[in-house]
Amino acid sequence: MYTPANGQRSLRYVDALREATIQEMERDKSVFLFGLDVDDHKGIQGSTIGLQDRFGPERVFGTPLSEDAMTGVAIGAAMAGMRPIHVHIRMDFVLLCMNQLVNMAAKAHYMYGGQVRVPIVIRCMIGKSWGQGAQHSQALHSMFMHVPGLKVVMPSNAHDAKGCLIAAIRDDNPVLFIEHRLLYSTECYVPEEPYTVEMGRARICASGTDITLVGISNMVMECLRARDLLSEVGISAEVIDPISLAPLDIDAILNSVNRTGGLLVVDCAWTNCGASAEILARISESPKLHGPVQMERMGFAFSPCPPSPPLEQAFYPDPSKIAAKVHSMVRPLDREWSPDPEKTILSHELQFRGPF
Amino acid sequence: MSEQLDLRFLYRKLRQIRRVEEEIARIYPSDKIKSPVHLSIGQESVSVGVCSALRDDDVVAATYRGHAAYIAKGGSLSRMFAELYGKVTGCGTGKGGSMHLVGMDKYILGSSAVVGTTIPISIGYALALKREGSGRVVASFFGDGATEEGVFYESLNFAALHRLPILFVCENNAYAIHSPLKKRWASTQLCERVRTYGIPAISIADSDVLEIRQWASEAIAGLRRSETGPAFLECHTYRWREHVGPNEDYQSGYRSIAELQNWKEKDQVEAIGVRLLPSERAEIDAEIDAEIAAAVDFAESSPFPGPEEVLTHVYAS
Repeated sequence: MYTPANGQRSLRYVDALREATIQEMERDKSVFLFGLDVDDHKGIQGSTIGLQDRFGPERVFGTPLSEDAMTGVAIGAAMAGMRPIHVHIRMDFVLLCMNQLVNMAAKAHYMYGGQVRVPIVIRCMIGKSWGQGAQHSQALHSMFMHVPGLKVVMPSNAHDAKGCLIAAIRDDNPVLFIEHRLLYSTECYVPEEPYTVEMGRARICASGTDITLVGISNMVMECLRARDLLSEVGISAEVIDPISLAPLDIDAILNSVNRTGGLLVVDCAWTNCGASAEILARISESPKLHGPVQMERMGFAFSPCPPSPPLEQAFYPDPSKIAAKVHSMVRPLDREWSPDPEKTILSHELQFRGPF
Repeated sequence: MSEQLDLRFLYRKLRQIRRVEEEIARIYPSDKIKSPVHLSIGQESVSVGVCSALRDDDVVAATYRGHAAYIAKGGSLSRMFAELYGKVTGCGTGKGGSMHLVGMDKYILGSSAVVGTTIPISIGYALALKREGSGRVVASFFGDGATEEGVFYESLNFAALHRLPILFVCENNAYAIHSPLKKRWASTQLCERVRTYGIPAISIADSDVLEIRQWASEAIAGLRRSETGPAFLECHTYRWREHVGPNEDYQSGYRSIAELQNWKEKDQVEAIGVRLLPSERAEIDAEIDAEIAAAVDFAESSPFPGPEEVLTHVYAS
């Protein structure tokens, strides 16, 4: 997906985020960027580095550890016509912002009869591995999907990271822009000029005929690897990236399921009351669904995220578990099968080292 | 403005708020207003004192007990009553209700039903005004209960750090729903707490509208010059009616009628009213009653939103 052709530029996810921010800040003076340590020497893993030098401390600034009030600041500034981007280095911290996001940002346009708009972008990052533990690893997108008025996007690659961030900044609604730490080093073709990736339009990343795999955020990458492993035993999986979860392009998933006859949703989060539950429910209740379809889902183990390596491995879905699950769904009468563990490791995950 | 004209102006605003609230209380038993009302009766002078020190293009943020601030800043009475009636002509098109009045044409930010929530939103607006650099300011109203929320201190700190043009106005009516201050505050020294952030803070004991306006005017003049950071006013005041609803609740035992009597003696509608000629006062009263009657008529005769409206304005487009 977006493999650079000859002469095309390849860019890392983290650099795509930075480029999108720069291009939008140059285009629109009302855009500003703030959050704890967006202006420090590490610059949110590099995604905001150098931006304060470029745009000045009025448009790029660090904040006190006051996530609740800073979210209110973003909302108030947005009501006054600005377009803030508020950055959190872990999604877990967004729990401190829930009152402002759910009670105000999501509802202001509605309960004030359309008199105000809240064009804010909440950038936040899901952590994983190297012992991140229970409070540096949560993926809470389903909490925000639950609330009318919020948009939720989770780009899985550098191309979409840039296009979605530009779309989110230009959107007149509050957007939860959810990044994955382990995707930061992944590269693909990213055009130099500004462009948008539209919310509410899923993408078929790889086509197949036996089953539909829906991956969320980094699980797109893991599904693609699982697809490769499955092809070795003759199973053809289609992989879909919803890109945005609110709005959700359920028709794209439905059309695929109607072709393949099976659906496995793989989320980088817990399954109960989660995005995977919502996708399965919407497919199940659709009058356009053809015939009986086998549907399953995978996600985190139903526990807090443990830091100990073997526990962490048991906690997360991975390409091997995904491939084994697909095999059991597509060939339920066959002996259980799982791929060679050596082949299941993803290079960008292997690269990742602590501490953060 | 001559002193007499000024008093007429203040009396008109005070009386307007009082009479609107009384009219809501009168209509309420008819069940035409299906919205939880938190009446401002007794607390009018805080909003009137502060808003009379503001320019038209300044901004206010208020709370669920926000009718007074909405009216004091010039919000439309017709659109307010229509909102209480749930009509499509309401300021929130029937989607806000009493606790979420809004009037962006008069720079009245929408109010919130969750205590403390509009405080950081008002500092965000103030941040935008500071960047704009045209001397506009924000007045942010909240109650004594809001000062117990963590976001209050987060907001004070950020506003002081960035020297934002905002006047914090604490309407201290001494009760959070039914809980008195002595059950909630380890110390009553609110202004001292605020001053530790480098924010000048004044406490006004008797809700005197002229005193409130004087302090507000001085603070706002400083904010406009951008020489200082934010300022803070604590205005002691008193809610005459129950926390929510149209009635009195002195029989319930959490507060005394003697307390009410003490505050009624300081009633600012009366204090300013007696300084007008009886004929002047009668003329203003009649105008206000006519205005309110017209606003109620507007609400009564306006249509409800159609059911399809439930799904509009969920997202801005």
